[in-house]
Amino acid sequence: MAQLEKKRLYVRRLDIPHEETPAKKLRLSKPSKSAALHIDLCKATNSTDALQYLLQFARKPVEAESVEGVVRILLEHYYKETDNSVRLKIASLLGLLSKTQGFSPDCIVDDAINTLSNEKSHQVLAQLLETLLIIGTQLPESPALRLRLVEVAYKHLSDTYFGVRNKCLQLLGCLGMVDAPLGKENEGAGTSLGGLRDVQSIISDYFGDQDPRVRTAALKAMLQLHERGMKIHQIIYDQACRLLTDDYEQVRSAAVQMVWVLSQLYPESIVPIPSSNEEIRLVDDAFGKISHMVSDGSWMVRVQAAKTLGSMLQVSPHFLEQTLDKKLMSDLRRKRTAHERAKELFASGEFSSGRKWADDAPKEKLDTNTVNLIASGACGAFVHGLEDEMFEVRIAAVEALCQLARSSPSFAEKCLDFLVDMFNDEIEEVRLQSIHVLREISTHITLREDQLDTVLAVLEDSSRDIREALHELLCYTNVSTKECIQLALLELLKNLNKYPTDRNSVWKCLKFLGSRHPTLVLPLVPELLSTHPYFDTPEPDMDDPAYIAVLVLVFNAAKSCPTMPALFSDHTFRHYAYLRDSLSHLVPPLRLPGRKQVYGLDSVDSGPGSGSVESAQLFLQQSLNRVSTIQNLEAPGAQDLLDLTTRDLLRLGELQTELAGAADFCATYLRCQLLLMKALQEKLWNMAVPLCLKQNVTATAAAQQILEETYKLEFLYSGLESRQVATIHHVRLQAKALQLVLTARTRQGLDLLIGSCEKFLQDVESFQRLFLTELPHLQDSFVDKLLELMPRLSSCKPVELVKILQTTLRQSGLLQLRLPEQIHRATATIIEPTGESDNPLRFTSGLVVALDIDATLEHVQDPQNTVKVQVLYPDGQSHVIHPKPGDFRKPGPHRHRLITQVYLSHTAWTEPSQIEVRLLLAYSSSSTSLTSPSKLGWSESLESLPPAEAAVEGTIPFSKAVKVFIMPKPARR
Amino acid sequence: MPEIKVTPLGAGQDVGRSCILVSIGGKNIMLDCGMHMGYNDDRRFPDFSYITQNGRLTDFLDCLIISHFHLDHCGALPYMSEMVGYDGPIYMTHPTKAICPILLEDFRKITVDKKGETNFFTSQMIKDCMKKVIPLNLHQTVQVDDELEIKAYYAGHVLGAAMVHIKVGSESVVYTGDYNMTPDRHLGAAWIDKCRPDILISESTYATTIRDSKRCRERDFLKKVHESIERGGKVLIPVFALGRAQELCILLETFWERMNLKAPIYFSTGLTEKANHYYKLFITWTNQKIRKTFVQRNMFEFKHIKAFDRSYADNPGPMVVFATPGMLHAGQSLQIFKKWAGNEKNMVIMPGYCVQGTIGHKILNGQRKLEMEGRATLDVKLQVEYMSFSAHADAKGIMQLIRMAEPRNMLLVHGEAVKMEFLKGKIEQEFSIDCYMPANGETTTVTTNPSVPVDISLNLLKREMALGGPLPDPKKPRTMHGTLIMKENSLKLVSSEQALKELGLNEHQLRFTCHVQLQDPHSDADTLHRIYTHLKSVLKGYTIQHLPDGTVIVESIVIKVSSSAEDSNTKVLLLSWSYQVKTWTLFLEAAALPGVTTKLSSRHP
Repeated sequence: MAQLEKKRLYVRRLDIPHEETPAKKLRLSKPSKSAALHIDLCKATNSTDALQYLLQFARKPVEAESVEGVVRILLEHYYKETDNSVRLKIASLLGLLSKTQGFSPDCIVDDAINTLSNEKSHQVLAQLLETLLIIGTQLPESPALRLRLVEVAYKHLSDTYFGVRNKCLQLLGCLGMVDAPLGKENEGAGTSLGGLRDVQSIISDYFGDQDPRVRTAALKAMLQLHERGMKIHQIIYDQACRLLTDDYEQVRSAAVQMVWVLSQLYPESIVPIPSSNEEIRLVDDAFGKISHMVSDGSWMVRVQAAKTLGSMLQVSPHFLEQTLDKKLMSDLRRKRTAHERAKELFASGEFSSGRKWADDAPKEKLDTNTVNLIASGACGAFVHGLEDEMFEVRIAAVEALCQLARSSPSFAEKCLDFLVDMFNDEIEEVRLQSIHVLREISTHITLREDQLDTVLAVLEDSSRDIREALHELLCYTNVSTKECIQLALLELLKNLNKYPTDRNSVWKCLKFLGSRHPTLVLPLVPELLSTHPYFDTPEPDMDDPAYIAVLVLVFNAAKSCPTMPALFSDHTFRHYAYLRDSLSHLVPPLRLPGRKQVYGLDSVDSGPGSGSVESAQLFLQQSLNRVSTIQNLEAPGAQDLLDLTTRDLLRLGELQTELAGAADFCATYLRCQLLLMKALQEKLWNMAVPLCLKQNVTATAAAQQILEETYKLEFLYSGLESRQVATIHHVRLQAKALQLVLTARTRQGLDLLIGSCEKFLQDVESFQRLFLTELPHLQDSFVDKLLELMPRLSSCKPVELVKILQTTLRQSGLLQLRLPEQIHRATATIIEPTGESDNPLRFTSGLVVALDIDATLEHVQDPQNTVKVQVLYPDGQSHVIHPKPGDFRKPGPHRHRLITQVYLSHTAWTEPSQIEVRLLLAYSSSSTSLTSPSKLGWSESLESLPPAEAAVEGTIPFSKAVKVFIMPKPARR
Repeated sequence: MPEIKVTPLGAGQDVGRSCILVSIGGKNIMLDCGMHMGYNDDRRFPDFSYITQNGRLTDFLDCLIISHFHLDHCGALPYMSEMVGYDGPIYMTHPTKAICPILLEDFRKITVDKKGETNFFTSQMIKDCMKKVIPLNLHQTVQVDDELEIKAYYAGHVLGAAMVHIKVGSESVVYTGDYNMTPDRHLGAAWIDKCRPDILISESTYATTIRDSKRCRERDFLKKVHESIERGGKVLIPVFALGRAQELCILLETFWERMNLKAPIYFSTGLTEKANHYYKLFITWTNQKIRKTFVQRNMFEFKHIKAFDRSYADNPGPMVVFATPGMLHAGQSLQIFKKWAGNEKNMVIMPGYCVQGTIGHKILNGQRKLEMEGRATLDVKLQVEYMSFSAHADAKGIMQLIRMAEPRNMLLVHGEAVKMEFLKGKIEQEFSIDCYMPANGETTTVTTNPSVPVDISLNLLKREMALGGPLPDPKKPRTMHGTLIMKENSLKLVSSEQALKELGLNEHQLRFTCHVQLQDPHSDADTLHRIYTHLKSVLKGYTIQHLPDGTVIVESIVIKVSSSAEDSNTKVLLLSWSYQVKTWTLFLEAAALPGVTTKLSSRHP
């Protein structure tokens, strides 16, 4: 940094004589940069100095317009320079400079190519080729240039230094002709090539290079060609396969990719099996070869191979199933695997017999000739991969299994045992991943009892993530027998007992389990509810989470099993009514004999077919249309209409959860309009200025509220299009105008007024800039009118401006709101703490107590940065806590889970009292601004420009506050 | 042809007292020096008299390498070095060096103190012997002397187990010791690079076995323990102090942690505590998981596993106890077993093989009534489980290692002959390399084809490179001209000029001459001039000089013209060229001169 500062000073000092006008901004002095460099370089007495200058120079950005000058100077020095390292630095600088935005490097191509011809040092040569590569990629539109560069690359391919060959191959890979026909290419390069050779065959020559780095580069170049859309010839396949046995891991890794690419290009072509007359499909052959790489010596290659296997979906099922194959033997006798044994035990009806010594005793004797020790082809690839030493390989294998299983139900069935085994891995990440994978493929499979048993054993895991993933898995699982249901229920209850915090998750899990398997639950009902044909059994405790869990299971099963309610006892019905009310998301509406549907809500919920969503949508649209008939804000009856519509929409949002976001959004928007309308219709406008000092309180409050609401509209809802954002900003502009008018009426200070007028005009301008494309849709609106008057506004006096604003505000029409396709409101629910506890959390004042917080967030984008926890103490103190990024988990799309701890502390209280905990959504208008997609480079940010509009930052509370009883005790002395 | 000789003194077609002699490039190396568990007489130790009848072994051996700390690989070490006499270097890895003396001391105690044997090595001898040990690091190339170098690779199996790559010149041998190709809870898998040794000497304990996934075994084990604990039963796991015991501890420890279990786990004290200490220290030798997490918590610092006290066995409630020895034949494990055998809630899990005659073997075979000493009988009501946790490579693992190392020959030791036979066949079939399985005392000789390194001068190399075609044919051999100089045990390839200079010899020029007659009426000088101009026009791009002394020089070919004695019209052309440019002259003759002749003759018919 110090050096940088010095350099800056230096530049500035140099600038002064050059500049005629006093340098107001540093930027203006930039063109002299080349001159400065020139002076620097001339002053350099030796190569070390020159290198130092160049290094310093490289730290500063150069404007597009002065790049060429700088390049010339650099080249000039390049030719003069004898020291390799300085030339190397210059060459790299050339590359760096050609990357400058807005600079087109075609003017320096010739110079750059010329430098190559005289260069002796291999390192510098390699660097120059790198520079050419950058130039070439900067100018993708010029085929002639590419041809030249490719020619250069051909020429230097035979260099003795590996780096040069590497770069040449890279150049060929990035710039080699993809679509140009061969003839055309040869016209350009024919003389130097002297043959009909295309890029691919030239690159493939270097598959056999003596340097592994060059071999890797050749493979990478070929892959690059493929990525750019060139069809790789099938001849390459054999060569690539040979490289699979290379001595160097990076070559093997690249070769795996190459083989994979070819297997995707020519899956159906036939290749011969060496040393036999048979032939197989290429994709099968490649699959076999890559499977072989899963037991490679280098774990990088193993990861690569395992990952790749997952995407080879065209492979024949026969080969696929081999990957899970393992023939066990013991002393040359065939042995059954534990999986097979478990299956047999299950089939014979005897489960968990308690193991006997030599239970796994080998059976028949094997013929020595048939035992194949080196698995040819795909044999046991996944068996190896899943047992690998490195967890990276295991995860890759699990993922590959998942991909393959999703496309092949029979394979899914087979890999089940292996996945279940992975639940016992030593690394949690792997366990979690395999649980997720099993969930993804669970549509294909039905768990056997013994498998379920193994799965359920994991329920006792102390990691919350694992347990919840497992609950999720159970939600989607099919089981085969009623014993399985019983087993699952038992284990889940055990889990509930051990980890009471899992309550919600367990209940949810049982809900799905019940609704999935009504017929399996039916025979269990008497036992589950402990009813007896003759005797009345005691009524279970309604607050017992375990009992609720059982009821959730039964009720959900009963939903599609009408005979079940007959088995319920009286208190079960009562409990149903209670649970239906208190846990309506877990307990479905049931048609119970002799009972009326108690709640009106039920009728809505009972038939939530697609029809009702559509009709609701229609209603929403109609309401909006109705509102849009209001032409003027002052029209009679407009207020009532808005009022009614807002209410309708809010109710609709409650009833139809799918449309809650949209309905809320509209309602909020309309409320803003209503507020604006009311504010404008107040009588104060007719009064003289001095009289209305007191009365305008409501109007000011309204303006403030509208502003807040607009921020909510903008940041709380996801799925907004720029049209809606424009509408929101428009309302905000109106609110600001209102504020301005009010300020003008209340305060007399002219300076202040001028300031706020200027600010407002800036706002209008930035609005225009931001939503240029949306302006046509905003016809006849407030902004439209303002922009018409803009020339006048910017020149007139504040008082006049205020007047204009006032009239425009009153005259402008209501902007119609168009609903976006998908709009969701960000919501948060705090699950923990529940706020029900009457026992205060006691702690010694001055020390801290940790409060566990567990919340689900829906439709929050980037929660790591936006979601905060607010703690409000009774004395009005408020703390905002930023949770760690690691506290957020993502259990599903658009859903996040926040599990964190906040630390509370306070001075001593005499009584326990409640604090409030809520979640906040932080926003900043600058960060989401639509027009700043280009990130500032680090070097540019050094000269920090103030952002165009002052960023407005704030927070929106978006969850209900939860009250927690706490009691800081005075410290004992 | 040079040969490598391998002679097993132990472990040839047998398990136990591993000891293999290797002669490679004039060096004699002993690999492992173990004892046999099955014998109590002289056969217990390898027969060192094979090396020399009397006198010390130091003169005959260049070094001794111990692969790991199991007694069948290091048990005879103090006997050999102190009692037979060996003062040369002994190599072993750091963990082996640390743990080996503990086991040797234990072995000595049992033999001398318990069995009362005399003429056995003493504690002091163990100490003296360990002083001769030079520790090895993984992948570190150690120069034993100027020519012999050894390098250790990770072998899994037990903490500190290593495979060694022994190299003399370009000949090399890899010895695996015992190894494991599948990782377990505390150790990783064996790994070796593609070193292409002349011989790979591999153990073959499980030559005819392909094992099931270890996950199933682990899961079964954990499930059994868990179920038993939940029932309120006590679980006894008889183990040997080192190796598997640590793996099972880690397994249970992590399971307890994961499942939040509270029942106590005890480990009977003794050796184990000392050994666990070393496991804590040598974290780098363990598997990925332990290595990655040891900063937060060293996995060998057990939270749930505590030291066992005799009195704990009577405590109520569930518990798990690891106790030695592993086969229930004596000691603490047997005592606890006797206490718990009567309750069907309890369980004993045998994690390994049991020798016939031990109680472990009996109960595994389903015997429910045991006769104890003093005619008392013991009813065995507790559940008996068997769980195999073994850390040797199975047949597939061995094949995998061969594929990794790509040896030219294979040699099997440390296994049963019948089983080896099968694997041998398979290896020969799959890799088409020779496979040997010598018995003890039998010598296997493998001829090698070592490449002889020759220094080449850079200038010569560059010159020859410039002559050759374009680069991409690096795998093809290319001929080159040069002079091979053999001087003081080193070979050098230099250009002929440099060779002459170095040897102080004069260069002899070999020139060929040839006379061509032509008919030409002009004077000698004229003819020469005409030839000169003609050549000049034909051979463009060559230096052609007309010297005043009446010669034309094309490159290094000299042309002179003289009239013949008889006929002045007949000119005799004298061509002279040196040896190197012979082809050029022929070209001249073939292409240029006929032109001259025809030209000349056409003008003068």
